[in-house]
Amino acid sequence: MRTWVLTALFLVSAAAAPLAADARADAKKQVEFGITVAQRGLWREAIYRWERATQIDPTYAEAQNNLAIAYEHEGDLEKARVAYEKALELAPNNALIKQNYELFKEINDRTTRKDSQDIPDP
Amino acid sequence: MIGRLARTARTSRILSSIAAILLIAGCTNYYEIAVETPIKPKLDVSAFQRVLVAGFLAGGTDDVDGNLETTRLLRSQLRTKSELRVIDTDVLPLMEVAAEEVGATEAKAEPARTEPAGEGKSEAKTEAKGEAPQPATPDKPATIKVSKDLEPYEHIFANVEYWKKIGEEYQNPLIVTGTVMFTPAARSGIVQREEEIYDSFGRRRVVPVRTYMERKGYKLAPKFIFIDGRTGTVMHSENFSEEVLYNANQSTPALSSYFELMDRLIPSFLSTLSSQKIKGTRVLLQ
Repeated sequence: MRTWVLTALFLVSAAAAPLAADARADAKKQVEFGITVAQRGLWREAIYRWERATQIDPTYAEAQNNLAIAYEHEGDLEKARVAYEKALELAPNNALIKQNYELFKEINDRTTRKDSQDIPDP
Repeated sequence: MIGRLARTARTSRILSSIAAILLIAGCTNYYEIAVETPIKPKLDVSAFQRVLVAGFLAGGTDDVDGNLETTRLLRSQLRTKSELRVIDTDVLPLMEVAAEEVGATEAKAEPARTEPAGEGKSEAKTEAKGEAPQPATPDKPATIKVSKDLEPYEHIFANVEYWKKIGEEYQNPLIVTGTVMFTPAARSGIVQREEEIYDSFGRRRVVPVRTYMERKGYKLAPKFIFIDGRTGTVMHSENFSEEVLYNANQSTPALSSYFELMDRLIPSFLSTLSSQKIKGTRVLLQ
């Protein structure tokens, strides 16, 4: 019985590894295409590609980083913040992601200053 | 034999270095890219076609007329960097208007004060009267040296009828007003600066040097208030504070310090009313 369980576990893990590698390879293709179109200024297409990449491989920190940059470029700062934080959660030691996030935070903090006050309509 | 071994070791070291460089380059494919982050305005001003920078309650140094300079600067900035039409008109003497209001309120309150009251109470009233600001008159403007001195005048911003009347006069614009404190500042302490030194061979080096310094400059603390000209009510307000300090020996005119500090604040002020684009670079990763 124990041998059966061990064999089953081995087979599952052996099958999962190539699947994960396939997912990363597919996601990488999307990321590469996203970079190409972003460099040509087609940011909406880039967003679509990087969103696809993060769906295919949710552990792909670089895709999250690129997606955050694209959201930032489109002015969607809340989505950018979430994507940067996800990227850093996946790759906490990546200096380039950290640098991007720091630059983003400078802008984001300016827009959410606490010493301004909105007075609601009466 | 020993020579061959040393050569082999050196070759393997070089090969492993090359392999490491290739590995790093292969792992980190990155592309620097220019981004322009659009910042939405904090305030929805789509209902307005015109903006009136009315004037400011100002105080601090006498070297700069905070009311006049701020009004002029904001009008010129809005003219070029916002889609709203800027109304050109005389700057409102807000200080005098507010002082008149204080006077009127006190005059109204006067009969109540003459009513019989306990001795203690009337003393308290006398004290309170003593603290009230001296109303500004054309001959004798009020002396506003610290931001606390402005407080007795700030009720003007809550005077809905006054702002509504101004709004009607200028066809219901967005009204920009507020307070401006521009005061001298001085501080002394340890400052790090860079110093050039030349060694005996004449080679130049820049080294950080920590020295005690006395510094003087200015502090600018404006509060911008945005009022709906149709209703006279305050829509939004925002506080800023910036300081600039120079070496005590350096003589910098107050007006140039004022513009240096306003220059830092203007982007934030503009981002309240109109969308701005902030340029920068980011790194895309593969």
